[in-house]
Amino acid sequence: MWEYTDKVQEHFLNPQNVGEIENPSGVGDVGSLACGDALKLTLKIDDDERIVDAKFKTFGCASAIASSSALTIMVKGMTVSEAEKVTNDDIADFLGGLPKEKMHCSVMGREALEAAIADYRGVILPMAEGEVVCECFGVTDLDVIRAIKESDLRSVEEITNFTKAGGGCGKCEDKLRDILQATTSDTTVKPVQVDGPKRMTTLQKIKKIEEVLEREIKPALKKDGGDIELVDVDGDFVMVSLRGACTSCAKSQTTLKEYVEKKLRELVLDTLIVEEAK
Amino acid sequence: MKCDAEKVIYMDNNATTRIAPEVVDAMMPFLTECYGNPSSMHNFGGQVGGAVEGARQQVADLIGSDTSEITFTSCGTESDSTAILSALQAFPEKRHIVTSRVEHPAIKNLCENLGRLTGHKYKVTRLQVESDGTLDMARYEEALSDDTAIVSIMWANNETGVIFPVEKMATMAKERGILFHTDAVQAVGKIPMNLSELDIDFLSLSGHKLHAPKGVGVLYVKRGTPFVPYLAGGHQEEGRRGGTENVASIIGLGRACELAEEMMKEENNRVRAMRDRLEEGLLASVPKSMLNGHKIDRLPNTTNISFEFVEGEAILLHMNRYNICASSGSACTSGSLEPSHVLRAMGVPFTAAHGSIRFSLSIYNTDEEVDFVLEKMPPIIAELRELSPFWKAE
Repeated sequence: MWEYTDKVQEHFLNPQNVGEIENPSGVGDVGSLACGDALKLTLKIDDDERIVDAKFKTFGCASAIASSSALTIMVKGMTVSEAEKVTNDDIADFLGGLPKEKMHCSVMGREALEAAIADYRGVILPMAEGEVVCECFGVTDLDVIRAIKESDLRSVEEITNFTKAGGGCGKCEDKLRDILQATTSDTTVKPVQVDGPKRMTTLQKIKKIEEVLEREIKPALKKDGGDIELVDVDGDFVMVSLRGACTSCAKSQTTLKEYVEKKLRELVLDTLIVEEAK
Repeated sequence: MKCDAEKVIYMDNNATTRIAPEVVDAMMPFLTECYGNPSSMHNFGGQVGGAVEGARQQVADLIGSDTSEITFTSCGTESDSTAILSALQAFPEKRHIVTSRVEHPAIKNLCENLGRLTGHKYKVTRLQVESDGTLDMARYEEALSDDTAIVSIMWANNETGVIFPVEKMATMAKERGILFHTDAVQAVGKIPMNLSELDIDFLSLSGHKLHAPKGVGVLYVKRGTPFVPYLAGGHQEEGRRGGTENVASIIGLGRACELAEEMMKEENNRVRAMRDRLEEGLLASVPKSMLNGHKIDRLPNTTNISFEFVEGEAILLHMNRYNICASSGSACTSGSLEPSHVLRAMGVPFTAAHGSIRFSLSIYNTDEEVDFVLEKMPPIIAELRELSPFWKAE
């Protein structure tokens, strides 16, 4: 069970400002159903650039709902330029803190706020102008630098907890480490260098497996009129489906174990086990 | 510490159960004055050894086995590991294991680690399940080979309650000279079994799933089955499991088995009726809700229902407000990024898996409690759906 503060519980059980403003001045829509959390924020802003109303709709866990409720209370009555200064830590602090694995819920709140303000101004999100570092979650270098500075992050793992960057395929880890080093070099803190093999998350595995399937395995199978598709990844088990000529081929099991599994172990992770899904 | 158990509506019995008051009574002497070591030569210890043998008889009676086939362990997980590793050592030339995709982590992760630790010396076939969580027997038959050392299939699934035809599967394995293990921690005490008539070689059970304390389990090993101990040590348990016996818990487990036998009818009548009423009531009163798992081939106490477009952790915390205890297969409740491997193996869509709730009842539940849950759940789901950007009220 998660350790939630009384304030998180209070805002989860009695969320404030639920709903959608009609004819809003700005809308911020972030997250997705597949990711497990999503937030739609609508703002009403008057001629003096003051936020007179804020409402939200959220799909997600208790901390996602509480963060959304906190956000709307905080920004109501603020001018837009004041609201722009609200950070995810402000949201977490308002709630008396969040479990570290749930910090991204507060970041989702800030992202929705930024998106809504950008929408109100009719401009592209400033963060979107940066270079995308993490392609899985669409996180830019500017997002990462900002999170490092605002929340005094010290490791790639912390960056992932706050921004989700690096939590997908993991290909951007080196870049994240570089950014961390560059961003913190003006402070006295030295980033901790993590060595040795890192456990891959399932998302990371999926990304890498798909890449190898596309680049190496599919072209080889297609030469014989066959094809292959990734169905699911569960721990070290990789479920695939053989297509085309492979389905009627008596050697398909050999192909699966001797070729596909070997290749994936060589290029992705040497503990993978390939299985046929259907 | 005070837990206010009487205030709680406990419908999470597949996670753990209340220790029966009769079990506590049976255990108390062994936590106080009867502290002798069952292995001691003096009568003070020896009489404790006698009590342990009495408990062994009670366990054997419940599952229809001989006392010599019962080994006490520390938990279901230890029993599982012992059985699999024993079979692999008994048949070192065989390199294949057959299991399913919906096993408990005690089996799932053991098989995964075996592959990793031995450089994939062992091949693991994990049988797929249908969308209702049942197994395809034809596929099972295909998976068995000369190289198969052991089959491990749970008797009943902890998340959906779906029961697998292990009796038949064990016979099919035996015909091919393959050992058969079943993780029966959810099934023992809920469905009648007579192991003396079955071809099951190993069976795991766990005390805390049937109203005995945590920290005690049993591995049943059919007489004549080759066996290699997992915990080497003293001569306890006929040398099958080293380590001084957890006497009080073993006595508790024995008494719990006796009670389970007496309560089996009630479990299958009154508890089943409560479960059915809860399930039918929820499916009827909450739109966009659905049952996960086969409706008939199922434990009498379990129902797993998905409420679409809402998230499981949020549902559980609302239920918590009314002191209703249950579980969810959502990602957020486990701290990982993915929902339950069981629901994913069944092909339950993410939108539904995130919002799945498992209710698991026991003989201690009442009709009033079912009424209360039926009254509280629909508004909880409706309230969360009001918050959800994906919910479009019809």
